[in-house]
Amino acid sequence: MSRVFVPLLLIAMVLFASAPLVVANTPVEQTMGLVQKIFYYHVPSAMLMFVSAFVCGIASAVYLFRRSPAADRVAAAAGELVVLFGLIVLVTGPLWARKAWGVWWEWDARLTSALLLWMIFLAYLLVRRFGGPGSEKLAGAMALFGMANVPFVYFSVNYWRTLHPKTSVVPTLAPGMRGAFWFCVAAFVILYVLLLTLRKRLEDRQATVEQLYLALED
Amino acid sequence: MKRTVLLLAILAMMPGAVLGAQQPAPPGGAQADFVPVNTLPPQADQLPAAPLVIGAYAFVWVALMAYVWLLWKRMTKVERELADLQRRVQQH
Repeated sequence: MSRVFVPLLLIAMVLFASAPLVVANTPVEQTMGLVQKIFYYHVPSAMLMFVSAFVCGIASAVYLFRRSPAADRVAAAAGELVVLFGLIVLVTGPLWARKAWGVWWEWDARLTSALLLWMIFLAYLLVRRFGGPGSEKLAGAMALFGMANVPFVYFSVNYWRTLHPKTSVVPTLAPGMRGAFWFCVAAFVILYVLLLTLRKRLEDRQATVEQLYLALED
Repeated sequence: MKRTVLLLAILAMMPGAVLGAQQPAPPGGAQADFVPVNTLPPQADQLPAAPLVIGAYAFVWVALMAYVWLLWKRMTKVERELADLQRRVQQH
Protein backbone atom coordinates (compact mmCIF):
# COMPACT_ATOMS: atom_id res chain seq x y z
CA MET A 1 0.00 0.00 0.00
CA SER A 2 2.87 2.41 0.80
CA ARG A 3 4.19 1.98 -2.78
CA VAL A 4 0.98 3.55 -4.10
CA PHE A 5 0.60 6.00 -1.24
CA VAL A 6 3.70 8.15 -1.82
CA PRO A 7 3.15 8.72 -5.60
CA LEU A 8 -0.49 9.54 -4.90
CA LEU A 9 0.56 12.01 -2.23
CA LEU A 10 2.94 13.71 -4.66
CA ILE A 11 0.27 13.87 -7.37
CA ALA A 12 -2.24 15.34 -4.92
CA MET A 13 0.27 17.97 -3.77
CA VAL A 14 1.12 18.99 -7.35
CA LEU A 15 -2.54 19.13 -8.39
CA PHE A 16 -3.53 21.15 -5.33
CA ALA A 17 -0.65 23.57 -5.67
CA SER A 18 -1.43 24.23 -9.35
CA ALA A 19 -5.23 24.33 -9.02
CA PRO A 20 -5.46 28.08 -8.15
CA LEU A 21 -3.32 28.89 -11.22
CA VAL A 22 -5.54 26.75 -13.44
CA VAL A 23 -8.66 28.40 -12.00
CA ALA A 24 -7.16 31.88 -12.50
CA ASN A 25 -6.98 31.20 -16.25
CA THR A 26 -10.65 30.20 -16.58
CA PRO A 27 -13.09 32.71 -18.13
CA VAL A 28 -15.06 35.00 -15.79
CA GLU A 29 -18.76 34.09 -15.63
CA GLN A 30 -21.13 36.62 -17.25
CA THR A 31 -23.65 37.32 -14.44
CA MET A 32 -21.80 36.36 -11.26
CA GLY A 33 -18.35 37.57 -12.24
CA LEU A 34 -15.20 36.66 -10.30
CA VAL A 35 -17.00 35.13 -7.32
CA GLN A 36 -18.15 32.19 -9.49
CA LYS A 37 -14.55 30.87 -9.29
CA ILE A 38 -15.41 29.53 -5.80
CA PHE A 39 -17.32 26.88 -7.78
CA TYR A 40 -14.04 25.03 -8.62
CA TYR A 41 -13.44 24.11 -4.97
CA HIS A 42 -17.04 24.22 -3.68
CA VAL A 43 -18.55 21.63 -6.07
CA PRO A 44 -15.77 18.97 -5.83
CA SER A 45 -16.04 19.25 -2.01
CA ALA A 46 -19.80 18.72 -2.24
CA MET A 47 -19.31 15.73 -4.57
CA LEU A 48 -16.92 14.13 -2.08
CA MET A 49 -19.27 14.87 0.82
CA PHE A 50 -21.92 12.84 -1.06
CA VAL A 51 -19.47 10.07 -2.04
CA SER A 52 -18.21 9.82 1.54
CA ALA A 53 -21.78 9.63 2.87
CA PHE A 54 -22.38 6.68 0.52
CA VAL A 55 -19.13 4.99 1.59
CA CYS A 56 -20.07 5.47 5.26
CA GLY A 57 -23.66 4.27 4.70
CA ILE A 58 -22.70 1.16 2.68
CA ALA A 59 -19.89 0.22 5.10
CA SER A 60 -22.31 0.68 8.01
CA ALA A 61 -24.85 -1.59 6.31
CA VAL A 62 -22.15 -4.26 5.88
CA TYR A 63 -21.23 -3.87 9.55
CA LEU A 64 -24.85 -4.06 10.73
CA PHE A 65 -25.85 -7.06 8.61
CA ARG A 66 -22.58 -9.06 8.51
CA ARG A 67 -20.94 -7.94 11.79
CA SER A 68 -17.72 -6.97 10.01
CA PRO A 69 -15.44 -4.84 12.27
CA ALA A 70 -13.32 -3.83 9.25
CA ALA A 71 -16.43 -2.35 7.58
CA ASP A 72 -17.18 -0.41 10.77
CA ARG A 73 -13.69 1.07 10.67
CA VAL A 74 -14.17 2.15 7.04
CA ALA A 75 -17.49 3.73 8.06
CA ALA A 76 -15.85 5.65 10.92
CA ALA A 77 -13.16 6.99 8.55
CA ALA A 78 -15.68 7.99 5.86
CA GLY A 79 -18.03 9.60 8.42
CA GLU A 80 -15.29 11.93 9.57
CA LEU A 81 -14.56 12.91 5.96
CA VAL A 82 -18.25 13.75 5.38
CA VAL A 83 -17.96 16.27 8.19
CA LEU A 84 -14.67 17.68 6.84
CA PHE A 85 -15.84 18.13 3.24
CA GLY A 86 -19.28 19.24 4.44
CA LEU A 87 -17.65 21.98 6.49
CA ILE A 88 -15.79 23.17 3.38
CA VAL A 89 -19.07 23.22 1.43
CA LEU A 90 -20.93 25.08 4.18
CA VAL A 91 -18.22 27.76 4.46
CA THR A 92 -17.40 28.32 0.78
CA GLY A 93 -21.10 28.34 -0.23
CA PRO A 94 -22.07 31.38 1.87
CA LEU A 95 -18.93 33.24 0.67
CA TRP A 96 -20.22 32.74 -2.87
CA ALA A 97 -23.83 33.55 -1.92
CA ARG A 98 -22.91 36.85 -0.26
CA LYS A 99 -21.86 38.27 -3.62
CA ALA A 100 -24.15 36.32 -5.96
CA TRP A 101 -27.40 36.57 -3.96
CA GLY A 102 -26.65 39.44 -1.56
CA VAL A 103 -27.10 37.23 1.54
CA TRP A 104 -24.85 34.83 3.43
CA TRP A 105 -27.54 32.22 3.91
CA GLU A 106 -31.03 31.42 2.63
CA TRP A 107 -33.23 28.76 4.23
CA ASP A 108 -34.13 27.13 0.91
CA ALA A 109 -34.33 23.42 0.11
CA ARG A 110 -30.71 22.87 -1.00
CA LEU A 111 -28.97 24.80 1.75
CA THR A 112 -31.19 23.50 4.54
CA SER A 113 -30.99 19.84 3.42
CA ALA A 114 -27.20 20.08 3.02
CA LEU A 115 -26.92 21.50 6.55
CA LEU A 116 -29.12 18.64 7.86
CA LEU A 117 -26.93 16.07 6.10
CA TRP A 118 -23.84 17.57 7.69
CA MET A 119 -25.51 17.61 11.14
CA ILE A 120 -26.53 13.93 10.80
CA PHE A 121 -22.89 12.94 10.25
CA LEU A 122 -21.69 15.26 12.99
CA ALA A 123 -24.14 13.47 15.30
CA TYR A 124 -22.77 10.16 13.93
CA LEU A 125 -19.27 11.12 15.09
CA LEU A 126 -20.52 12.34 18.47
CA VAL A 127 -22.42 9.08 19.06
CA ARG A 128 -19.30 7.07 18.19
CA ARG A 129 -17.12 9.23 20.44
CA PHE A 130 -19.37 9.58 23.50
CA GLY A 131 -22.02 6.85 23.09
CA GLY A 132 -20.17 4.25 25.16
CA PRO A 133 -19.99 0.49 24.46
CA GLY A 134 -22.28 -0.69 21.66
CA SER A 135 -22.75 2.77 20.18
CA GLU A 136 -21.33 1.55 16.84
CA LYS A 137 -24.69 -0.08 15.97
CA LEU A 138 -26.67 3.08 16.70
CA ALA A 139 -24.11 5.12 14.74
CA GLY A 140 -24.38 2.64 11.85
CA ALA A 141 -28.15 3.16 11.70
CA MET A 142 -27.62 6.93 11.69
CA ALA A 143 -25.20 6.57 8.77
CA LEU A 144 -27.89 4.71 6.80
CA PHE A 145 -30.30 7.61 7.36
CA GLY A 146 -27.57 10.05 6.37
CA MET A 147 -26.90 8.15 3.14
CA ALA A 148 -30.64 8.07 2.34
CA ASN A 149 -30.67 11.88 2.68
CA VAL A 150 -28.07 12.37 -0.10
CA PRO A 151 -30.43 12.01 -3.14
CA PHE A 152 -32.83 14.52 -1.54
CA VAL A 153 -30.00 17.04 -1.16
CA TYR A 154 -28.74 16.47 -4.71
CA PHE A 155 -32.11 16.70 -6.50
CA SER A 156 -33.59 19.40 -4.22
CA VAL A 157 -32.52 22.14 -6.66
CA ASN A 158 -34.55 20.54 -9.44
CA TYR A 159 -37.75 19.87 -7.48
CA TRP A 160 -38.07 22.89 -5.20
CA ARG A 161 -37.80 26.59 -5.91
CA THR A 162 -34.33 27.66 -4.81
CA LEU A 163 -31.68 30.31 -5.45
CA HIS A 164 -28.99 27.64 -5.80
CA PRO A 165 -27.81 26.72 -9.35
CA LYS A 166 -29.38 23.52 -10.72
CA THR A 167 -27.66 20.15 -11.31
CA SER A 168 -27.56 20.91 -15.06
CA VAL A 169 -24.72 23.43 -14.52
CA VAL A 170 -21.88 20.87 -14.45
CA PRO A 171 -22.83 18.88 -17.62
CA THR A 172 -23.29 22.11 -19.58
CA LEU A 173 -20.08 23.89 -18.52
CA ALA A 174 -18.37 26.03 -21.16
CA PRO A 175 -15.21 24.43 -22.65
CA GLY A 176 -12.94 26.93 -20.90
CA MET A 177 -14.41 26.07 -17.51
CA ARG A 178 -14.82 22.31 -18.00
CA GLY A 179 -11.10 21.40 -18.01
CA ALA A 180 -10.31 23.39 -14.87
CA PHE A 181 -13.33 21.94 -13.07
CA TRP A 182 -12.42 18.30 -13.77
CA PHE A 183 -8.79 19.10 -12.88
CA CYS A 184 -9.96 20.24 -9.44
CA VAL A 185 -12.25 17.20 -9.12
CA ALA A 186 -9.25 14.92 -9.83
CA ALA A 187 -7.19 16.73 -7.15
CA PHE A 188 -9.97 16.37 -4.59
CA VAL A 189 -10.64 12.69 -5.42
CA ILE A 190 -6.96 11.74 -5.02
CA LEU A 191 -6.79 13.68 -1.76
CA TYR A 192 -9.97 11.96 -0.56
CA VAL A 193 -8.53 8.48 -1.30
CA LEU A 194 -5.36 9.40 0.62
CA LEU A 195 -7.25 10.79 3.61
CA LEU A 196 -9.61 7.80 3.73
CA THR A 197 -6.63 5.41 3.61
CA LEU A 198 -4.82 7.28 6.39
CA ARG A 199 -7.93 7.55 8.56
CA LYS A 200 -8.73 3.84 8.08
CA ARG A 201 -5.16 2.99 9.06
CA LEU A 202 -5.61 5.02 12.26
CA GLU A 203 -8.80 3.05 13.06
CA ASP A 204 -6.93 -0.24 12.44
CA ARG A 205 -4.14 0.80 14.81
CA GLN A 206 -6.66 1.85 17.49
CA ALA A 207 -8.39 -1.54 17.17
CA THR A 208 -5.01 -3.29 17.65
CA VAL A 209 -4.34 -1.17 20.75
CA GLU A 210 -7.70 -2.20 22.22
CA GLN A 211 -6.95 -5.88 21.51
CA LEU A 212 -3.57 -5.58 23.22
CA TYR A 213 -5.14 -3.97 26.30
CA LEU A 214 -7.57 -6.91 26.47
CA ALA A 215 -4.68 -9.35 26.07
CA LEU A 216 -2.83 -7.68 28.94
CA GLU A 217 -5.89 -7.87 31.20
CA ASP A 218 -6.19 -11.62 30.51
CA MET B 1 -50.56 99.07 17.31
CA LYS B 2 -46.80 99.53 17.13
CA ARG B 3 -46.36 96.29 19.09
CA THR B 4 -48.60 94.39 16.68
CA VAL B 5 -46.67 95.67 13.63
CA LEU B 6 -43.36 94.78 15.27
CA LEU B 7 -44.61 91.27 16.11
CA LEU B 8 -45.83 90.73 12.54
CA ALA B 9 -42.50 91.95 11.15
CA ILE B 10 -40.58 89.48 13.37
CA LEU B 11 -42.88 86.59 12.38
CA ALA B 12 -42.50 87.45 8.69
CA MET B 13 -38.70 87.30 8.99
CA MET B 14 -38.60 83.95 10.84
CA PRO B 15 -39.17 81.46 7.96
CA GLY B 16 -36.38 83.06 5.98
CA ALA B 17 -34.08 82.86 8.95
CA VAL B 18 -34.95 79.21 9.59
CA LEU B 19 -34.53 78.19 5.93
CA GLY B 20 -31.28 80.07 5.75
CA ALA B 21 -30.02 78.12 8.75
CA GLN B 22 -31.16 74.73 7.35
CA GLN B 23 -29.90 75.04 3.79
CA PRO B 24 -26.29 76.17 3.59
CA ALA B 25 -25.11 77.33 0.21
CA PRO B 26 -23.67 74.56 -1.99
CA PRO B 27 -19.84 74.47 -1.88
CA GLY B 28 -19.42 75.29 -5.55
CA GLY B 29 -22.21 77.80 -5.64
CA ALA B 30 -25.29 77.13 -7.73
CA GLN B 31 -25.20 74.23 -10.21
CA ALA B 32 -23.72 75.61 -13.40
CA ASP B 33 -24.46 72.71 -15.76
CA PHE B 34 -26.27 69.39 -16.07
CA VAL B 35 -24.16 66.21 -16.54
CA PRO B 36 -25.60 63.55 -18.85
CA VAL B 37 -25.59 60.10 -17.20
CA ASN B 38 -23.44 58.52 -19.91
CA THR B 39 -20.51 60.79 -19.08
CA LEU B 40 -20.36 59.88 -15.36
CA PRO B 41 -17.46 57.72 -14.20
CA PRO B 42 -18.42 54.01 -13.88
CA GLN B 43 -19.83 53.02 -10.48
CA ALA B 44 -17.39 51.09 -8.32
CA ASP B 45 -18.43 47.51 -7.35
CA GLN B 46 -20.34 47.73 -4.05
CA LEU B 47 -19.00 44.40 -2.76
CA PRO B 48 -15.66 43.31 -4.22
CA ALA B 49 -15.51 39.60 -5.08
CA ALA B 50 -11.74 39.09 -4.70
CA PRO B 51 -11.69 38.90 -0.84
CA LEU B 52 -14.53 36.37 -0.91
CA VAL B 53 -12.78 34.17 -3.51
CA ILE B 54 -9.44 34.37 -1.71
CA GLY B 55 -11.16 33.69 1.62
CA ALA B 56 -12.87 30.59 0.22
CA TYR B 57 -9.67 29.16 -1.28
CA ALA B 58 -7.67 29.96 1.85
CA PHE B 59 -10.28 28.28 4.06
CA VAL B 60 -10.15 25.07 1.98
CA TRP B 61 -6.35 24.97 2.23
CA VAL B 62 -6.29 25.71 5.97
CA ALA B 63 -9.05 23.17 6.74
CA LEU B 64 -7.32 20.39 4.78
CA MET B 65 -3.89 21.15 6.23
CA ALA B 66 -5.31 21.29 9.77
CA TYR B 67 -7.04 17.94 9.26
CA VAL B 68 -3.86 16.30 7.91
CA TRP B 69 -1.90 17.70 10.87
CA LEU B 70 -4.49 16.37 13.37
CA LEU B 71 -4.46 12.98 11.65
CA TRP B 72 -0.67 12.83 11.80
CA LYS B 73 -0.72 13.79 15.49
CA ARG B 74 -3.29 11.12 16.34
CA MET B 75 -1.37 8.53 14.34
CA THR B 76 1.89 9.33 16.16
CA LYS B 77 0.16 8.98 19.53
CA VAL B 78 -1.42 5.63 18.63
CA GLU B 79 1.86 4.28 17.18
CA ARG B 80 3.66 5.20 20.41
CA GLU B 81 0.95 3.54 22.50
CA LEU B 82 1.06 0.45 20.27
CA ALA B 83 4.84 0.11 20.61
CA ASP B 84 4.57 0.48 24.38
CA LEU B 85 1.83 -2.16 24.62
CA GLN B 86 3.70 -4.61 22.39
CA ARG B 87 6.72 -4.29 24.66
CA ARG B 88 4.56 -4.90 27.75
CA VAL B 89 2.90 -7.95 26.15
CA GLN B 90 6.29 -9.44 25.32
CA GLN B 91 7.47 -8.88 28.92
CA HIS B 92 4.22 -10.39 30.22
